[in-house]
Amino acid sequence: MSSTWIVVIATSFAAFSLKFIGHLIPESWLEKPRVERITNYIPVVLLSGLIAMQTLTDKTKIVIDHRLAGLTVAFIAVIAKLPFPVIIIGAMATSAIFYRYRI
Amino acid sequence: MSIKRDSISVGVAVGAAGAAFGAVAVASHFSVLQACVLSLFLFSGASQFALVAIIGGGGSPWSAIATGAFLGTRNGLYGIRMAGLLHNRGWRRVVAAHVTIDESTGMAIAQENVEQARTAFWYTGFGVFFFWNLFTLLGALGAKEIGSAASWGLDVASPSIFVAVLWPRLKELRPKITALVAVAWALSITHFVPVGVPILTTVIIAVFAGWN
Repeated sequence: MSSTWIVVIATSFAAFSLKFIGHLIPESWLEKPRVERITNYIPVVLLSGLIAMQTLTDKTKIVIDHRLAGLTVAFIAVIAKLPFPVIIIGAMATSAIFYRYRI
Repeated sequence: MSIKRDSISVGVAVGAAGAAFGAVAVASHFSVLQACVLSLFLFSGASQFALVAIIGGGGSPWSAIATGAFLGTRNGLYGIRMAGLLHNRGWRRVVAAHVTIDESTGMAIAQENVEQARTAFWYTGFGVFFFWNLFTLLGALGAKEIGSAASWGLDVASPSIFVAVLWPRLKELRPKITALVAVAWALSITHFVPVGVPILTTVIIAVFAGWN
């Protein structure tokens, strides 16, 4: 078996194990108010960090490019309470136009 | 049902980025089958892109496995939150764990009640899974014709979805500040730490925000 196959299988196994461990944590651990508040904030902070990284960085560098234009449109569409598919398509189209025409 | 419609549109938009993954994987000397196996079983965009970038760039297998797994840690943290929502047992828990990703968690926490949150979780999870795998195959087969993900706007599909799912949850001051601090923290350390660390370490901010 090639080393690439070993990487593919080992990483898949590790990634699934991590997901599954999260689901196995007993509910009684999570019922304390403090733990509940913290676990409620976890998706908020991770997704916020993810938005920043996916929009404003390339590997470890901060860059401002077409993606910020797309995200700005998404943000305006969200505030204007437009339907979900409109938000996504508007952001993607804007970003693609900025990219293709090198604005 | 707008929850189902929204969830499926997330599936299509995010899944379409699978074409970029398939194309990048093949360009990095992975076979079409290896690209598809990664999308089926690793099923985590960030981990998949990092893995093919490292191997394609001549990096060591160990650093590829470690980085791929590290980027998957986030899903484990989502799992803690989602387990309390889904109350699954047995094989359903296994399936739920596999589709616990940024999008399914994001769509679930954006809903107003438990029933809607479960619907959003499953529809988004399966929607992304189906389209991500379909487009991975298409991208891997048509690697040369696709061009870059950026020219199709695919690189902003997921951040714009996350803005849409997060914003309604940030009505009060505390979550708003928490989200802003997370953004500021991630951006301020990105230059000094490996990829993945800025996002994962925002968990510290969740601990501070939820402490009292």
